[in-house]
Amino acid sequence: MPDVQSTVLEFVNKLRKRKIEGSQSTAKCTVEILRSVISQQRVPHSNQASALIDAVKAVGEQLVAANPVELAVGNVVRRVLHIIREEDLSLATAAMAGLDLLDASDDDGEDDNCRGVGYSAMSAAVAAAAARSTLRPPSLQTLLEGTPESAAVPYTSSSGADSESKTADKSSITRKLKHDVIEGVNHLILEISGCHEQIAEQAIEHIHQNEVILTLGSSRTVLEFLCAAKEKKRSFRVFVAEGAPRYQGHLLAKELVARGLQTTVITDSAVFAMISRVNMVIIGAHAVMANGGVIGPVGVNMAALAAKKHAVPFVVLAGSHKLCPLYPHNPEVLLNELRSPSELLDFGEVSDCLDFGAGSGSPLLQVVNPTFDYVPPSLVSLFITDTGGHNPSYMYRLIADYYSADDLVM
Amino acid sequence: MDPRRGPLAVPKVRRVGFFTSIEPSPETPRPNRSLSGPAEAITSSSPLSDSPSGQFISPVQIPPSRHHSDNLASRAAPVPVPGPSAFRRQLANDRTLHVGSYNPVDSLLGTSPPSSNGEVSEDSGSLFGFQRSDSAKLSASFPNGGFDMTVAVRAPGESEAKVATASTSDGRKKNVEASGESESVATKPRKEKETRSLKEKTSKAERRAIQEAQRAAKAAAKGEGSKRAGESSRPKPSKPAKQPQPKKEAPQVTSSVSEKRAVSVEKERRMDVPQTQMQYDDKSRVDKAKRRSVVEQTESKNKVELFLHLPQYERGNQLPNLSSNIFTLDTIHHAVYKVGLQHLAGDIAGDNARCIAMLHAFQEAINDYTTPPMKDLTMDLTAKINGYVSFLIECRPLSMSMGNAIRFLKNQIRKLPVDLSEPEAKASLCSEIGRFIDEKILLADKVIVQHAVTKIRDGEVLLTYGFSCVVEMILLYAHEIGRKFRVVIVDSRPNLEGQKLLRRLVTRGLDCTYTHINAVSYIMGEVTRVFLGASSIFSNGTLYSKVGTACVAMVANAFSVPVIVCCEAYKFHERVLLDSICSNELGDPDAIANVPLRNNKKHSKTMDNNKNLQFLNLMYDSTPAEYISMIVTDYGMIPPTSIPVIVREYRREDLLL
Repeated sequence: MPDVQSTVLEFVNKLRKRKIEGSQSTAKCTVEILRSVISQQRVPHSNQASALIDAVKAVGEQLVAANPVELAVGNVVRRVLHIIREEDLSLATAAMAGLDLLDASDDDGEDDNCRGVGYSAMSAAVAAAAARSTLRPPSLQTLLEGTPESAAVPYTSSSGADSESKTADKSSITRKLKHDVIEGVNHLILEISGCHEQIAEQAIEHIHQNEVILTLGSSRTVLEFLCAAKEKKRSFRVFVAEGAPRYQGHLLAKELVARGLQTTVITDSAVFAMISRVNMVIIGAHAVMANGGVIGPVGVNMAALAAKKHAVPFVVLAGSHKLCPLYPHNPEVLLNELRSPSELLDFGEVSDCLDFGAGSGSPLLQVVNPTFDYVPPSLVSLFITDTGGHNPSYMYRLIADYYSADDLVM
Repeated sequence: MDPRRGPLAVPKVRRVGFFTSIEPSPETPRPNRSLSGPAEAITSSSPLSDSPSGQFISPVQIPPSRHHSDNLASRAAPVPVPGPSAFRRQLANDRTLHVGSYNPVDSLLGTSPPSSNGEVSEDSGSLFGFQRSDSAKLSASFPNGGFDMTVAVRAPGESEAKVATASTSDGRKKNVEASGESESVATKPRKEKETRSLKEKTSKAERRAIQEAQRAAKAAAKGEGSKRAGESSRPKPSKPAKQPQPKKEAPQVTSSVSEKRAVSVEKERRMDVPQTQMQYDDKSRVDKAKRRSVVEQTESKNKVELFLHLPQYERGNQLPNLSSNIFTLDTIHHAVYKVGLQHLAGDIAGDNARCIAMLHAFQEAINDYTTPPMKDLTMDLTAKINGYVSFLIECRPLSMSMGNAIRFLKNQIRKLPVDLSEPEAKASLCSEIGRFIDEKILLADKVIVQHAVTKIRDGEVLLTYGFSCVVEMILLYAHEIGRKFRVVIVDSRPNLEGQKLLRRLVTRGLDCTYTHINAVSYIMGEVTRVFLGASSIFSNGTLYSKVGTACVAMVANAFSVPVIVCCEAYKFHERVLLDSICSNELGDPDAIANVPLRNNKKHSKTMDNNKNLQFLNLMYDSTPAEYISMIVTDYGMIPPTSIPVIVREYRREDLLL
């Protein structure tokens, strides 16, 4: 236990100091830590699910607080919670199917469901519809309660199968929950690390010969996506906006060139000038909000507006760990992060004309260096996630598959 | 209007800009005026009270230009417009001008406060300054002229012109007596009607008599009162930099010449106007040009395919070589050569600065010029200038405004009277160039500042992009007169001109926020106005400016923030442009490749010779007109749709240049 505690603290520190960058690596680290939390958590005989949930929540809150703008952390924590709930539920249903009612789990499920009912009728209805569509035969409980927990997820079937096979030995059910959960989390890890390939596989459907693609920022997903198309013998050219204060576009350009793509680096200011000759804008998202809005590297909104003006498709690549169940409010400010002014302006350059006298009122000079940019859903043409392409308007539904409504507020 | 009508057809009213007509009198179509001008003019009879109070000239006012016709017409815009005869009279004035009699009274009036019947000397230098300082009075004085209505009728003939001249000089005398008088507009509509009906009935002479009587009565009645009021209510901005005196012969010369060739000039201009850029993907022409060129540019190895039609050269390697033979070169004047090198090295930045430097160099070159024996000054000098220009183009592609300035100079050379001796011709040219600089650039900037500052209110957050000297002047002036506002400076790589502006503003004590262009949509939420500079504005309203301007304008538009473009009218261009690809300039790609990253500085350098990697350093982009709310020029504040109007109307009479 102290072991886990220290790794959590270490990770929290890293997050706080922004040592970890990129939502994918953050997500991966978070899942791994949560897995170890789960495996170390001593499970009480009764009410094990809630014990696990509490433990994960406690750690998750720490992690989220460490870097609230890194939405991937919160997403992953919610995903893990969802896994726990779902495993619990499937065990419970299995148990019910076997007419072997275990007080503890049933109570727990009841408990959850009571809370779940408190949520909007919409999500319940949606979840009920989803539950019907899953492979699992609709149990009495899902039909009656229509809980969001039973919403479909890619590995529902597998976990369902798991639980099916394991309902036989009901004696080991106490240990099985944790085991199932860890298995589910492992699935999640695989999914996160494999999302690039999943997304890149679809590249060939979206990129045609002689296409001109504009991208900005440095995203591994975009890199893989473009390279996948290149490997399939498509020849196209890429414009990369350099991404001013951090120049991540240069890094991306370098890697693209190393893989043999025709790459042109342009300044960020030339985005509008060039967009008229671009066939498609492809960017990697930092996070995708439930309304279909995108948080991306700074400058993305400009590119999206320009793309809209010239009717150029604006495609966002996002792994499922970037799907955030929250609806944004004033995301340009609230979900943003201001970095050091020194990236923009050398202090020495203006220090001589600044007035440092006391009582001179507000500082004369402010330097604004935000990290992220928000693109409203109306500017996005398509999301490509590891489950396929989706409209911005569909994102809320996709997101509802991955999270349980109980966890939205952590 | 219709070019076939000839230059002296019924004068037209140029009403560009916004009009603050508080009581818009109904459009009264006048059957006897088939032509657009006068009928339009009456419609904007705004009361005098509307004329700018206090320190600002009316935002709707179109400053006068050099010619009478324009003076009256354009100034008429915001103020009670006198009705058709004013234009008639104006026409008459034009006539006197064309005849070539230089009337000293003209210049006298031009420099002094305007006469009550709204006449101003066409002498250039004073006009903007005059307009600025006297706008209140100007507008006040206008209605008086309005009762000149019946002076002339249609079909301008020589005799009529004389009559009109007489009448105007009459008016002038009266003005000297009771200069600056004004009158309330209350009586105006009635009188207008009266006169209008009068005109239908009475003969020319009768009408004139009536009108003279009216004017005399008014002059007696009004006295000095309003003049004082006008004077006290307005501050005196700085005097115009240049007074018109040295210009005496110039207008005469130009007008008499243009009189003769009025039609052919139009055609000629058509011919020489589109100095279309050389297309650099045309192999044979490029080779030809290269053989002649002074500057040996090495073509860059890694060209961007989309921009093969633009010159893509390696930078910086030919400069020492060139600067060494500055004195050995005989084909190019050393002043021009120096400016060319400065352009090449990027020592002069900013369109105005480049243009002024170029004109000064030409001035010097013309001063040192002697016509070779057996040659014609006009022809030879034009050829010389052409040589200089092509040298400058080799150094760095000309900006649109420089192109306009060169066209102006060539026009001036062409218009030189043949009987002028060489020193006279040279002096005339030099003074014309000086006038161009003073009037079209420096004074225009001042006028723009005066206009634009009316759009800055307390508590505003103004955003500007890059470095524009006009915008800087506006901000500093607004700060000077005590406006409280905050400035957001948006900057972009690779030039980072915004830092220069930031420095200057912070030193002067302005509240500044500095950010880069990517963050523009972050900061735009708090911005209330966007001020942009311009390199050129095309006649479809497209703004051609430093790259990134379009992005800023677009984001501002998305956030419903008004975009105000500040641009001197000499930068207007009659070309049209849709995108930023066809016409542009490419900067040094290395400027982009070199990234100020601390850890991996060289990551791009190592890839330099990979043919798959290109760096594109675009210098300009074009902003569609729909993103521009308003253009502030020396002719007033206009929407982008009025650019072709200004270009067409003013260019035709050589007013723009």
